[in-house]
Amino acid sequence: MSQTVTMTVNGRAASVTVDDPEMPLLYALRNDLGLTGPHFGCGLGQCGACTVHLDGAATRSCQLPVGAAEGRQVTTLEGLGTPERPHPLQAAFIAEQAVQCGYCANGMIMQGAALLAATPKPSAEQVKEALVANICRCGTQPRVVRAVLRAAANA
Amino acid sequence: MDGMQMRRRGLFGAGGALVVGFVLGARPAAAWTDKPVALDQVDSFLAIDAAGRVTAYVGKVDLGTGVRTGFTQIVAEELDVPMASVAVVEGDTALTPDQGATYGSLSIQVGGVQLRQAAATARRALLAEAASRFGLPPEGLRCEDAAVIAPDGRRLAFATLVGGRAFSLAVDANAPIKPPEARRVVGRSAPRVDIPEKVFGRFRYVHDLKIPGMAHGRAVRPPAMGAIAEAVDEASVAGIPGLLKVVHERGFVGVVAETEWAAIRAQRALKVRWSAWAGLPEQAKLWEHVRATPVAQRQVTSETGDPAAAIRGAAKQLSASYDFAIHTHGSMGPSCAVAEFRDGKLTSWSASQATHNLRKQLAMMLAMPVEQVRCVYLEGAGCYGRNGHEDAAVDAALLAKAVGRPVRVQWMRHEEHGWDPKGPPTLIDLRAGLDAAGKVVGWESEAFIAKGAGGNVDLVAAELGGLPRESLSSPGNIVHNLAQPYGFPAVRTTCLRLESTPFRPSWIRTPGRMQNTFAGEAFLDELAAAAGADPIAYRLSVLEDPRGREMLERVAKLSGWQARPSPVRDQGGEVLRGRGVSYVKYELVRTYVAGVAEVEVNRRSGAIRVIRFFVTHDCGQIINPDAVTAQIEGNIVATVSRVLKEELTFDRSAVTSLDWASYPSITFPEVPEIVVELVDRPAERPWGAGEPTAAIVPSAVTNAIFDATGVRLRSVPFTPAKFLAALQGT
Repeated sequence: MSQTVTMTVNGRAASVTVDDPEMPLLYALRNDLGLTGPHFGCGLGQCGACTVHLDGAATRSCQLPVGAAEGRQVTTLEGLGTPERPHPLQAAFIAEQAVQCGYCANGMIMQGAALLAATPKPSAEQVKEALVANICRCGTQPRVVRAVLRAAANA
Repeated sequence: MDGMQMRRRGLFGAGGALVVGFVLGARPAAAWTDKPVALDQVDSFLAIDAAGRVTAYVGKVDLGTGVRTGFTQIVAEELDVPMASVAVVEGDTALTPDQGATYGSLSIQVGGVQLRQAAATARRALLAEAASRFGLPPEGLRCEDAAVIAPDGRRLAFATLVGGRAFSLAVDANAPIKPPEARRVVGRSAPRVDIPEKVFGRFRYVHDLKIPGMAHGRAVRPPAMGAIAEAVDEASVAGIPGLLKVVHERGFVGVVAETEWAAIRAQRALKVRWSAWAGLPEQAKLWEHVRATPVAQRQVTSETGDPAAAIRGAAKQLSASYDFAIHTHGSMGPSCAVAEFRDGKLTSWSASQATHNLRKQLAMMLAMPVEQVRCVYLEGAGCYGRNGHEDAAVDAALLAKAVGRPVRVQWMRHEEHGWDPKGPPTLIDLRAGLDAAGKVVGWESEAFIAKGAGGNVDLVAAELGGLPRESLSSPGNIVHNLAQPYGFPAVRTTCLRLESTPFRPSWIRTPGRMQNTFAGEAFLDELAAAAGADPIAYRLSVLEDPRGREMLERVAKLSGWQARPSPVRDQGGEVLRGRGVSYVKYELVRTYVAGVAEVEVNRRSGAIRVIRFFVTHDCGQIINPDAVTAQIEGNIVATVSRVLKEELTFDRSAVTSLDWASYPSITFPEVPEIVVELVDRPAERPWGAGEPTAAIVPSAVTNAIFDATGVRLRSVPFTPAKFLAALQGT
């Protein structure tokens, strides 16, 4: 039995029709709405690659049933900022060259942006703690920390 | 043809190949393309279109390391064009030359140097053509901003000289490359060309590819690695909306659905009766299993004098065994591929690091002529060796064939951890003798390592389905760096190449060189301690190579090294601090790296932290210093993760470390501070950067643990339990 879920995605009304409301939000974003910023990393909420903001809070979209997003505000990496109007953390990631393969970068930026929204001037230790559940296998962590601190300093 | 006015007349020779622009997802024509891909032709590597835009065609691929930016710099430099007008096409078997698999930190060293020579040949030809049109000798002309400029100010754009036409020229090994003093692009930290798209969510990974008519597939793997599907119950998934087909062909089982979520649900729900299989060794007895495995070949990698006799007659004899756990690649993004059959031909999009090899494997498995297969590289999650990308490509091809539609497959996390090929277990025995003054008189080592080299890794679905395959063992070139860079008077190093290894092996970042350098550099540290010598001074006393000596001397200075023997004395308290050094000349023929690790060890809990890591690095000419630094940082972080945390676990039937909880990866608070000093040698050739640094990490860390505590850990990973057990044994 298909069902339509309506939510606000990156500031615009969006609806998806799904067979199974238990389908994680991630698949609706990537496959139905064409927003491929969030990535499938583990499907277990362990790595952070799928992170989006749900009503402003960093959320693992692989763990949230799409039905639970009904009526909520979803922001993806595409909606956080654009080349013309980058979020300070996106600009800082470029300045620090804090990306290798970039598959984790979505999660790093979305988690980091949520930290900066709550704690505008974090210490390096606070940054590391905020990102403790975000995995990077290329080894960009030192640069990611620098990027978050740079964004905090520039904000 | 996308606005490029093609002319079939070559500019600099007869014939003239047609240069073809390739658009992602475009339908292949009868022939894939007419573009040459031979390694000896300029047109294989470079095209300049009518607007003066340059396309570089490279067989090496950017696995997230930034080499795309390096290739762009190299072409921009040699041709004097802006970086912004250079595009790079990577790893498309129809368009790019086969420059070998992207492994071994060879992309710049081999791929970039071949590209540079093609560009240098093209530049010389452009100058000659302009000279002829100007009626001037070429010596007085110069190139600037995609044009040739005469001393009188006349200017001929490359677009005018060659735009849209082929060069039809052989690459000339003697075409001059720019001298160091003339370089403006290479040797500088150009920002990476891919990062902006990646931080705005606009970059297209292979995972993001969507082509018309595409369905979603998943393979269904057996719960025991060698089990056979005896019966598949299609009724068990009949109720899933959007399910297109259950595929069961010999040992291969898979599902295809209209949506990705339906494919995942079917993969989870499908009931299969599997045969029993329990062919893995007992994990607790892994090293006994390795020692008992039949030896296929004894490979002596260095031999000088009579080390056995020298050790027998030595004042002091030492021996030790080192082992290194089985590791998984653990890419952030599980492997993904899209396959499409059309008019009897197969196009496969994947993040394979070796599309030219994958093409041959797919053709063999599917019994198709290799010409009918095209493999196209699209970037995936970071790849540190042969992981599951090729296997996902096969899953997609089999499922696409079964349903007659393009199929996308992405592995789930448990498939990636469970079924990617593994870095094989490595065990190394070492013996040495010291004279009364503590000098090494003899050194012997034997490494128990899987047979084979860097060939193709058999494909999972081909193995399970009994399809044609090469049946090779391909763990990578794992014999290097067992031979020593030091001037010992008597040495023998031997690789015992084992007939089998428990898991399908492949190369993972620094294969063999990491394990062999771990054993060699840690054992050397044991000898230095036995001799009562400072570990850096001890190395320098037996190292002649001036570039190697410079790295050690520089890292001593960089890290504020206090010369003294290890372990450090008189440390009180629960947390002990120490430092350890390591050195490598990669494969004994290229990049030099020295490193110092600083660690903290909690002697009550056994917890080990790497606090800081200092590196000095000489890879010859540096193309992009910041990109090299990023590679060094990444290799240190990833290898600290491997040596402190990572170990595959398994029962008699299958891998049991199937997620990030059971196979943990380093977390932000555990990442060390990293200090890098690069030595650039612009007049030298460029060597690889990346893997060489990973080689020194395990030994530097264990040497630092010994320095802090007097406890020698010889088994990776260095877990708290192993530390506490070793502490009790001292």
